[in-house]
Amino acid sequence: MLSAENLGILRGERVLFEGVSLEVRRGDAVLLRGANGAGKTTLLRILAGLTRTDSGHVTRGAAHHWIGHREGLKPHETPRAHLALWAKAWGAEADTNTILGDMGLSRPADVAARYLSAGQRRRTALARLMLDIRPVWLLDEPFTALDAEGRERVLAMVHKHRQNGGAVVAAVHGDSGFVASQEMVL
Amino acid sequence: MGMLSAFANPHRFLALSKWLAPVFYLLGAGLIAWGLWQGLYVVPKDEVQGGDIMRVMFVHVPAAWLAMASYTAMASASFVWFIWRHELADIAAKAIAPLGAVWTALCLATGSIWGKPTWGTWWQWDDARMMSVLFLFFLFLGYMALRAAMDSRQKAARAGAILAMVGAINVPLIKFSVDLFTSLHQDSSVLTAEGPKMAAVYLWPLLMSGLGHSLLFGAMVMTLMRAEIWTRRAARQRARLLAGA
Amino acid sequence: MSPAPILSAFRQALGEAWAGGAGALLPLGFFAGAAVLVPLGIGTEPGMLRAVGPGILWVALALSSLVTLERIFQADVEDGALDLWLQAGAPVSAIAAAKTFAHWLTAGLPLALMSPVLALMFQADADVNLLSGALAYGLGGLAFFFWGGVGAALSATVRRGGLLIALIALPLYVPTAIFGSMAVSGAAGTTAAPLLLAASTLFALAVAPFAMAAALRLAAD
Repeated sequence: MLSAENLGILRGERVLFEGVSLEVRRGDAVLLRGANGAGKTTLLRILAGLTRTDSGHVTRGAAHHWIGHREGLKPHETPRAHLALWAKAWGAEADTNTILGDMGLSRPADVAARYLSAGQRRRTALARLMLDIRPVWLLDEPFTALDAEGRERVLAMVHKHRQNGGAVVAAVHGDSGFVASQEMVL
Repeated sequence: MGMLSAFANPHRFLALSKWLAPVFYLLGAGLIAWGLWQGLYVVPKDEVQGGDIMRVMFVHVPAAWLAMASYTAMASASFVWFIWRHELADIAAKAIAPLGAVWTALCLATGSIWGKPTWGTWWQWDDARMMSVLFLFFLFLGYMALRAAMDSRQKAARAGAILAMVGAINVPLIKFSVDLFTSLHQDSSVLTAEGPKMAAVYLWPLLMSGLGHSLLFGAMVMTLMRAEIWTRRAARQRARLLAGA
Repeated sequence: MSPAPILSAFRQALGEAWAGGAGALLPLGFFAGAAVLVPLGIGTEPGMLRAVGPGILWVALALSSLVTLERIFQADVEDGALDLWLQAGAPVSAIAAAKTFAHWLTAGLPLALMSPVLALMFQADADVNLLSGALAYGLGGLAFFFWGGVGAALSATVRRGGLLIALIALPLYVPTAIFGSMAVSGAAGTTAAPLLLAASTLFALAVAPFAMAAALRLAAD
């Protein structure tokens, strides 16, 4: 579904990483590990096509969802408006009310993002995963700012996604209960 | 190690410029000196062009030529870098910018000095050439400021190339609009700087000065490029040592 | 390719512009304030004001476009929306053009619509020229926003990028400012100026989106 061969990247004159190869298949959950600054986010951004690789190449066989460490939420947007906007942009027909309920966002659904807590904003971003069925999920620190209940919810989403034949590549810090089928240390 | 190609060292440029730059410096300085001597002491002055002050022409005209040529060169180098990602092209564009700005400023300053006695003003808004060169100067300044604001050399190269190309495709339009702007104000009896026809006695000193300035410019570009190449090598070495530690 | 992402980008930018501080009132206030300062500085002689009025309005329009543009892409970088738009499945140039157009609608068009009022304050005659002038300010403003957008996209990751945008955009504003002033002044020998203004605006619309797209990809890198 997604494969990367011999990726390498320079930052200034510093080699951030090189010779990184990756093969993501149906049902996979790839966990990216590494110290701060090792290049986990950069690798995810290369996989998503946001950052240019200085060597090697990425082959994308399926559509993907992107959850970056910045949510992509505008300060004036409410969770409901955010989901409605992206549903329209993607031509998705999922019911945003159900998704908001599932993500525990029913109560703050009509509150502008600038008044939401970090966890609520994170949940809104993660709710985009439910809008549209896409085989590959690229998640950068998905558990940041989430409480225990939120983490459980995301783990359940990932589990279901994999059962349906989807794949996940995630950069996760610390122990989160994320069960990986494959670990990659940068 | 596909990454090695990104490190491709411009060996040939270093070998070539090692002897070519000094040659250019010597030839350039010699020609400029000869042109100045001719211009200041040998050729007769032209009263229509303001008397002795017209001798500034032997700096002003070469500077005007280099102002245009250097922007063209910088934009071409940016284009080459953008299409083929040859690191040397980016190094060239980066080296040309400050020198181009200096010669453009020199052109403006000498034009202004020449303008005071002939036009009666330090700055003639109705002179299309002065105005165009002024905007060229701003294009150089913007290019340098943008590069300086980027946080890595790769990003500086990309941002600089985009801006240089946007500037280059706008230059004809800017030139056209400025020409049109100034043509509306012709009743203010502007003297044209070069006069109706260049006297033959000025031609050779002017050509030689132009060539001399170009050689000096080329030599300085090579020096800056060599410095940039060594700076990048040193940074690479440092990064390698830090990574090994 | 479906146009849905482009329409969504347009809608989001409209919402952001309205939410980002008093909607169109802020740029209007800036525009009027900058223009009204001038008579205080240079005096109130009617003949002089009539002569400089159109030029002052062009300068004020250029300044308010720069002030508006500073945040349009920088905010997208900071809140992560840029990452989403780059992956939205539509040409990035079209997204950038839609966003820039939305910002012109909220900050550029109101200025053009208000220009007759300011022109009257600068002693212009109350005739049909006020309307053709508004059209010229609208067209010229569009070119300002698109070239300024290139500067904004290039400096989207730069702190205090506003100064940089002004430096980058200034030479690109020259043709519009010249054709625009000629079109509004209506002096002899300027009959072609409105057409030249329209042509240079079309040129901006055709070229700037691609430069913005390249710059936005760089900003996300």
